[in-house]
Amino acid sequence: MSRIAATFARLSKQGRKALIPFITAGDPDPASCVPLMHALVAGGADIIELGVPFSDPMADGPVIQRASERALKHGVSLRDVIGWVAEFRKTNGETPVVLMGYANPIEAMGTDKFVKAAKAAGADGVVVVDYPPEEAGQLVAILDAAGLDTIFLLSPTTSDVRLKQVAELGRGYLYYVSLKGVTGAANIDVADVAQRLARIRSHTKLPVGVGFGIRDGETARNIAEVADAVVIGSRLVQEIEAAPQDAVARARAFMAGIRSAMDRDVKGRAA
Amino acid sequence: MRVYDLPDAKGHFGPYGGVFVSETLISALDELKAAYARYKDDPAFVAEYEYELKHYVGRPSPVYHARRWSEHFGGAQVYLKREDLNHTGAHKINNVIGQALLARHLGKPRVIAETGAGQHGVATATIAARYGMECVVYMGSEDVKRQAQNVYRMKLLGATVVPVESGSKTLKDALNEAMRDWVTNVENTFYIIGTVAGPHPYPMMVRDFQSVIGREAREQVPEMTGKQPDAVLACVGGGSNAIGIFHAFIPDEKVRLIGVEAAGHGLETGKHSATLCAGRAGVLHGNRTYLLQDDNGQIIETHSISAGLDYPGVGPEHAWLKDSGRAEYVAVTDDEALEAFHKLCRLEGIIPALESSHALAYAAKIAPRMRKDQILLVNLSGRGDKDMHTVAEKSGLKF
Repeated sequence: MSRIAATFARLSKQGRKALIPFITAGDPDPASCVPLMHALVAGGADIIELGVPFSDPMADGPVIQRASERALKHGVSLRDVIGWVAEFRKTNGETPVVLMGYANPIEAMGTDKFVKAAKAAGADGVVVVDYPPEEAGQLVAILDAAGLDTIFLLSPTTSDVRLKQVAELGRGYLYYVSLKGVTGAANIDVADVAQRLARIRSHTKLPVGVGFGIRDGETARNIAEVADAVVIGSRLVQEIEAAPQDAVARARAFMAGIRSAMDRDVKGRAA
Repeated sequence: MRVYDLPDAKGHFGPYGGVFVSETLISALDELKAAYARYKDDPAFVAEYEYELKHYVGRPSPVYHARRWSEHFGGAQVYLKREDLNHTGAHKINNVIGQALLARHLGKPRVIAETGAGQHGVATATIAARYGMECVVYMGSEDVKRQAQNVYRMKLLGATVVPVESGSKTLKDALNEAMRDWVTNVENTFYIIGTVAGPHPYPMMVRDFQSVIGREAREQVPEMTGKQPDAVLACVGGGSNAIGIFHAFIPDEKVRLIGVEAAGHGLETGKHSATLCAGRAGVLHGNRTYLLQDDNGQIIETHSISAGLDYPGVGPEHAWLKDSGRAEYVAVTDDEALEAFHKLCRLEGIIPALESSHALAYAAKIAPRMRKDQILLVNLSGRGDKDMHTVAEKSGLKF
């Protein structure tokens, strides 16, 4: 069983939901990346989405754009990011790591070479934001052969026909982007998300994570009631941006707050 | 040559083009694709489009024999397709009218656009005023500084100009920001892309709206000379004026198609915008095409004296025309373009845009080596009024 599948299986037995933080690798600086990853786990992360910085992050809002720019100022490359995954793996063998980014850095490295390196480093899955299923066939085949998961996004406007297509190609989990717009936009409507998730689940048995617009413990708890995983990106990156010197401690504390809100509710319901 | 019918149903020109966007944009693109498929051959829509081109833009634009300039070379005869005479002073408006009409039919009261030099922004603001639409134009903050006059033109026309502070603060970042606006406001907003780039169906749709240039020229040149031109030349940034004049000539295999990119300070200096001459394939702004990028796949900053050519990508159809050998792509430097700019002013009484001056400069290179009965058709894609500041500065003057 893949690390991602094992993680969801374990959580499901415990009656808990996955907490998936997103950070941009190399933000605020290259030396912080691996310590930040460990801090996220210490704060309660079940899976880490590690953003690969790109010069033209078309689907991201200002917070993650700025994080990308900070990382790129340090010259962070896809190779560096894969190297940090390998370093993280030296002391953490359980927490799945998903690389999330845009197509061009991967294609520039060469898709085969990228997948080989990611596999060797101990990465578990890949999200390529600008590869919709129509353009992702080759990547999925190569990742499948290497035993890595291709994770796809779903949006509020994804049609049933596409939902079926995405469900067939998707591996590991599906990532439901709960808002129209870019990362870090507006707030989330939980009732609406619940309705959408029911529709998604009629097409797939994959776990479904929900992201975009989750900013605090209370929202995370409400989303965790209906989803299999809660993804937090922009709000966490804001913590790092607000105090770069203190990023590791703040990221851990922020995650711990979200985690306890999510688990308190699960226990409450179980009791 | 077999019938040229690209792109395929998914927007591919060989390995290029396609739809490389986040899932959040897919439904908007599907809606656009369906709308375009429905209206593009609809007689009422076509009639409306043609009415606007004739009465608002002033089409057909003439073809002009640049006799004195040709005599100066002592070789090929140079003919100019006068897109500079269009309303707003460039070819951009052909496309903007088409897309704005689609926006009207889709019931979208708000249009957005990206702009570099400001020409596409001005064209969009113009049509938005004409149709009573809200208009927001995204422009890199660096470009806002460099193109103050066009910013003011857009404001006069009622548009809101939003300076973009992300990335390199230029055209590519303006395009990213316009996409972000679109994905957020897709219900009431139509994104009018200014060039033959972006995700499918944009490269095809913009080409179709611009292809009126080549269709006219393909009739006009034989009327004047009794034959088709030996070569058609156009400058290439994103490539919309070039595709516009090339497209009708693609099946005429004897007609050379020559795209002229901006070599800036020289290809060897790295300070240029010659994507097809010096770039390699990758994915940006929703399509696969040639890009100027570093070894890590990050998009690099470009340079050209003409802001309209200052773009690190290029339309995917050009990438395909290059690989297939149907079109050739070359580059001329800032200085060569400036020289052609001055020559055309003095010998023909026409002030060309600095963009178009690149195509003129390459015509000046090859014309002297050609026979006097041979014909070069150059797309004079825009007029140079907007470039007075840049050219004066080069001569050490300031207004």
